[in-house]
Amino acid sequence: MKLLLGVGGSELSYQALTETLERVSETGDELTVAVFENGDIDADFETVKQRIQEHIDESGLEPPIRHVEGTSPGSELVNIAESEGFDRIVLGGGGRSPLGKIQLGPIVEFVLLNAQTPVTLIR
Amino acid sequence: MTRTYPDEPAEAFPQPPRTITDRKDRPIDVIPADDADTESLVEMYLDFDPADRAQGIPPVKEEAIREWLETILDGDCVNVVAKHDDTVAGHATLVPDNEDEHELAIFVLQAYQGAGIGTALVETLLGYGQTEGIDHVWLTVERWNDPAISLYEKVGFEISSAESFEIEMAIRL
Repeated sequence: MKLLLGVGGSELSYQALTETLERVSETGDELTVAVFENGDIDADFETVKQRIQEHIDESGLEPPIRHVEGTSPGSELVNIAESEGFDRIVLGGGGRSPLGKIQLGPIVEFVLLNAQTPVTLIR
Repeated sequence: MTRTYPDEPAEAFPQPPRTITDRKDRPIDVIPADDADTESLVEMYLDFDPADRAQGIPPVKEEAIREWLETILDGDCVNVVAKHDDTVAGHATLVPDNEDEHELAIFVLQAYQGAGIGTALVETLLGYGQTEGIDHVWLTVERWNDPAISLYEKVGFEISSAESFEIEMAIRL
């Protein structure tokens, strides 16, 4: 299966990256890591990219990494998945409010509502 | 995250403890609660209909309920419960976020819904919050939940964001 994993630098996105790398090493799925700039993240984009690279290096896998351009990462992820024949989009998300309510960020929400491919949300 | 609050603060809300008569003529005490009330709240949440959950809370399993209650009954949170005799019929809480603002939620057991207890809980919780010096309160509510949205509007909350799955509402105290 061709998987497109979107990572934007939130803690949940790193968690999703780790879990997906582990899973892919068992299943042999064909993984592409799509790095995007998440406006809600304080860290600068270079730091995010570096941290993603470290996670990948630790896994021993060598998935292709690509950078999602533009101001609407959700829309671009959906585009890439559809135009390049991906079977599934994977995203981390669904953080919790102080009170414990699950909250979906705008990027995750866009992908869930607009993708024509199945979407896995890791939370 | 920057949230939009109403320009004007709300008026003074009633303080706990108070006793109201609900629309089914039941006397309901609305009183402050803290971690000493954990056991009666666990009972209430074990009775809570899972279909009435919103955005993942309350949790369903007892262990998860206890863990969640530990967070929201913490000393820097503000809690009130609605009691009918010895039964906890409802619970409302204010939990601080990182910006010195507070998130609000209320829960009313099915058998006590639609009787005005939710409104009494929210008003009394906000009154309690006012005495504790809390001045910014927000909440999220699912966009299909019209009864809850109109309750919050009646109390004085205004919609601060409707761009997401959930509607966000805010009030200035």
